[in-house]
Amino acid sequence: MLCNICNKNPATVHLTEIIDGQMSELHICEDCARKKSQAMEQQFGLSDLLAGMADFDKTKSEASAIGMSVKCPICGLTYADFKKIGRLGCGECYNTFRKYLGPLLKRIHGSTQHTGKFPAKAAKVSRKRTGIQELRIRLSKAIESEAFEEAAKIRDQIKELENKELKKKE
Amino acid sequence: MEIRNLLNHTSEWLKGSGPNSDIVISSRIRLARNLSNASFPHWASKKQGEETLDKIKEGFSKVDYLKNTTFLELAKMDSLDKQFLVERHLMSLDHAQKTNSKAVVVDDEEIVSIMVNEEDHIRMQVMQSGFNLYEAWNIINKIDEAIAEKLDFAFLSDWGYLTACPTNAGTGMRGSVMLHLPALVMSQAIDRVLAAIAKLSFTTRGLYGEGTQAMGNFFQISNQISLGPSENEIIESINGLIRQIIEQEIQAREVLSSKNSPLLEDRINRSLGILRSARIITSQETTELLSMVRLGSDLGMVKDIDRRRINELFIVTQPAHLQKIEDKKLSSQERDIKRAQIIREKLNI
Ligand SMILES: [Zn+2]
Ligand SMILES: [Zn+2]
Repeated sequence: MLCNICNKNPATVHLTEIIDGQMSELHICEDCARKKSQAMEQQFGLSDLLAGMADFDKTKSEASAIGMSVKCPICGLTYADFKKIGRLGCGECYNTFRKYLGPLLKRIHGSTQHTGKFPAKAAKVSRKRTGIQELRIRLSKAIESEAFEEAAKIRDQIKELENKELKKKE
Repeated sequence: MEIRNLLNHTSEWLKGSGPNSDIVISSRIRLARNLSNASFPHWASKKQGEETLDKIKEGFSKVDYLKNTTFLELAKMDSLDKQFLVERHLMSLDHAQKTNSKAVVVDDEEIVSIMVNEEDHIRMQVMQSGFNLYEAWNIINKIDEAIAEKLDFAFLSDWGYLTACPTNAGTGMRGSVMLHLPALVMSQAIDRVLAAIAKLSFTTRGLYGEGTQAMGNFFQISNQISLGPSENEIIESINGLIRQIIEQEIQAREVLSSKNSPLLEDRINRSLGILRSARIITSQETTELLSMVRLGSDLGMVKDIDRRRINELFIVTQPAHLQKIEDKKLSSQERDIKRAQIIREKLNI
């Protein structure tokens, strides 16, 4: 049998692959297996999910055109970068692109609420912080439903809270 | 720790002990963690990557749980040593191939290993032999907690631990169980089992020996979902699935050894015969034959060779291990000769 990927070398590696519930048999050569084992670690079916997200974005094309060019304040990554490379740039990207990542996380995991452990430090910080996080969630909901007046109010509240935190740190 | 010294050491996960170790080779928990306010490795500049590496190294040095570990910077290691650690499942092949600002932390017992600046800043794993995810979780949970006291992790109360790839966010946890399922493969029931697994949110992979080759009859099953369920719930869901697969493999073994006993004994003993007398043998053939011998040992058809010795042979016959034993570079053909020699020595006692 020849390799299913390159059709040149004899197939010596036999794999059963399962991605997103689809099972397939692969008979491939050593070279292709080497490439594949690396790609498999990295891809994990994410490209399909991102492709799905592209359709989702189209329906909100105007809003997303602006959203896509917003840069993460910490690392400079844009959502367009993320769609290209499939990786975020830093932890703050999750806040920056919250609006897009919420639905994506929901598609991947079927949930958007962590119920596992907290890091000891964050457990202390987060009790103070939940205020801000709660507001951020309300903000993205307000923007989505085009309640801009309310959105503006929430944004001011977030700024105020953030300034307070900054002063505390100093 | 000298990397060479690991040659005389049996990794924890290869000991062939622990619950259900006839069918379950090992259990592994991996946690992905990232520092807050620092670019993820793939997005970081060289300078940022180095800063992160230094910060983590400094943080780890203050963690009691990591006292007996060695911090190995990949830039200072030769490729053979790196391949050697990959073969021992202490780091990923991908990590070994890129050296910039990367490190791997290994403990003397090879229970804990931590990759620094792989896809995430920190990827720690704990391996246990047999079916034992909870024990692996207990160990890694303590280490994670101790590290979190020294380093600030990127975390959100609703989305949990933040990772470079959103598929790992939430708990950042991947639990994997490596199974040896020769009877399900031989009775051609494995496709049905894998199809059933596929309907649930789990991934199945072959085991990559030789860094590349899928090894016959070995299957690694892991959770896919990391956000939503708690760590304990994830472990419980994997355990439930694994228990069912173990049950199926036990049944398939019973059927094989009662209905097809002469055929099975023949195949097992032929495999052992080849391993005991071959002068040239590839890694692929070794794996397939050892798998049969392991089954023979589990079923009591092979009496004088225990599981631990077979498990060790899977690893010491890998290319980098052979070259470490010889202490020089070997061509592919030289390796096949050396491999056959080592197998003869270990199986003809
Ligand atoms: Zn090929
Ligand atoms: Zn960012």
